Amino acid sequence: MLEVKNLEVSYGAVHAIHGVSLQVRDGEIVSLIGANGAGKTTILRTISGLQKADTGEITFDGSDLRKTEPSRIINLKLAHVPEGRHIFAQMTVEENLEMGAFADVKDMAATMAEVYERFPRLKERRRQLAGTLSGGEQQMLAVGRALMGKPKMILMDEPSMGLSPLLVKEIFSIIKEVNKQGITILLVEQNAKMALSISNRAYVLETGDITIEGDARELLKDDRVRKAYLGQ
Amino acid sequence: MTFSLFIQSLINGLNQGAIYALIALGYTMVYGIIRMINFAHGDFIMIGSYTLFYTIPLMINVGMPAWLAVFISIVVCSAVGVLVEVIAYKPVRKAGAMSALITAMAMSLFLENLAMLLFGAKPHNVQKIFSLPSVNFLGVPLPLNVILTIVIGVVMMLGLQLFIKKTKMGKAMRAVPQDRDASILAGINVNRVITYTFAIGSALAAVAALMYCAKYPRVTNDMGSMMGIKAFIAAVLGGIGIIPGAMLGGVLVGLIEIFVKLFAPGWYEAITYATLIVILLVKPSGILGKNVGEKV
Repeated sequence: MLEVKNLEVSYGAVHAIHGVSLQVRDGEIVSLIGANGAGKTTILRTISGLQKADTGEITFDGSDLRKTEPSRIINLKLAHVPEGRHIFAQMTVEENLEMGAFADVKDMAATMAEVYERFPRLKERRRQLAGTLSGGEQQMLAVGRALMGKPKMILMDEPSMGLSPLLVKEIFSIIKEVNKQGITILLVEQNAKMALSISNRAYVLETGDITIEGDARELLKDDRVRKAYLGQ
Repeated sequence: MTFSLFIQSLINGLNQGAIYALIALGYTMVYGIIRMINFAHGDFIMIGSYTLFYTIPLMINVGMPAWLAVFISIVVCSAVGVLVEVIAYKPVRKAGAMSALITAMAMSLFLENLAMLLFGAKPHNVQKIFSLPSVNFLGVPLPLNVILTIVIGVVMMLGLQLFIKKTKMGKAMRAVPQDRDASILAGINVNRVITYTFAIGSALAAVAALMYCAKYPRVTNDMGSMMGIKAFIAAVLGGIGIIPGAMLGGVLVGLIEIFVKLFAPGWYEAITYATLIVILLVKPSGILGKNVGEKV
């Protein structure tokens, strides 16, 4: 479904990603784990066109994303829940959800009803300004907004960041549920243990290179992964 | 002060304020989207006024009311606004705030001098736009021309509010200043939003030109700079980037100006600016502004 080949990205003179290749198959949850600054967020931003690649290929569902206008990527049904949530703080919860359907307003009411059913808290607060929500609620809103675009695949960047352990559990169970409905997920996480426990496969990124890849269950037992990322 | 004088000044102040508010909206909307002060925005009033000067006789010749010329003026101003953005601002957008600021100042000087070349330095007198009588209200003579001008301003502001609340492009125009990345991810074409913002801001300037010429029918090539500065101050006073702030700031500057003029005619500009400085000292982010640092 998503294929990244030999991707290189730099910020000015800083070479951030050195030839990363990864793929995500239809229906999978794949996580990309690694330390702070390894380049995980950069990879997602480059897939979404928010960051320009130097070289490499990014293909989604047969479309060349590097040749796609960034604002048109959502039309291919690839959504992105960015790091730090990036909700529209001065808009109401409902307006935020409407923005999620900006590219395709067809069946918006029905999709919104589904999102509200999944996140009853958002329904309760639908007239409230999004900036007044708690961190957990904002994360739900960011996921809900992505779902409004009826995506085939979602890129999720650090969904557990800054949340209490209880909410972290909740957000991961939501990701699993969303995936069960047939939405493919590429998950970037610092919480490697949680990420690996819900993923099919995983890649470990170290300063711009993929160093380990494989079945998520096996990576949970891998000594290198356990030492570096699971604190064991 | 007599009751009559108070009411008349209030109405004059609201009239002046409505003009500033429409101009201030152009500054604030552009700032909201691209974080740049478009110093050429005041000169769009001048362009709108010259358009009125040349098209009102055409309207009258074909037997139409003079004010219909505002639609031609709107088209001309929007086109100029969009062209200025595409030709001058877009190429320097990534070069940093200082380059953008200097480009905007240069554009302002360019437009003013181009107008002098085309139309000369002599003031042009615009023909009468509205010819409504005065009515008596509680013994106070109220010029309906002025009331109509205020009504036009209010209708434009309500229309703008409706546009940004209800339409897709309006929502995009609110979303982009809040979070550019999230807007792109939602499928908003930011360049298109910028184009629309310049078009709408310039269209409002064209309407402001009509309101201004209805009151002071004198057009000069540099008329935009003073008005532009006051409207810019109004936008900052209300909270730059905040649309209701521009409206509030515009009306306040207009009212302050007219009332100060009443008591201290020679001092009105000094006192107006001093008042603004005091307000900004107390609340640097403007009346409706939030006291937060710029988001990074």
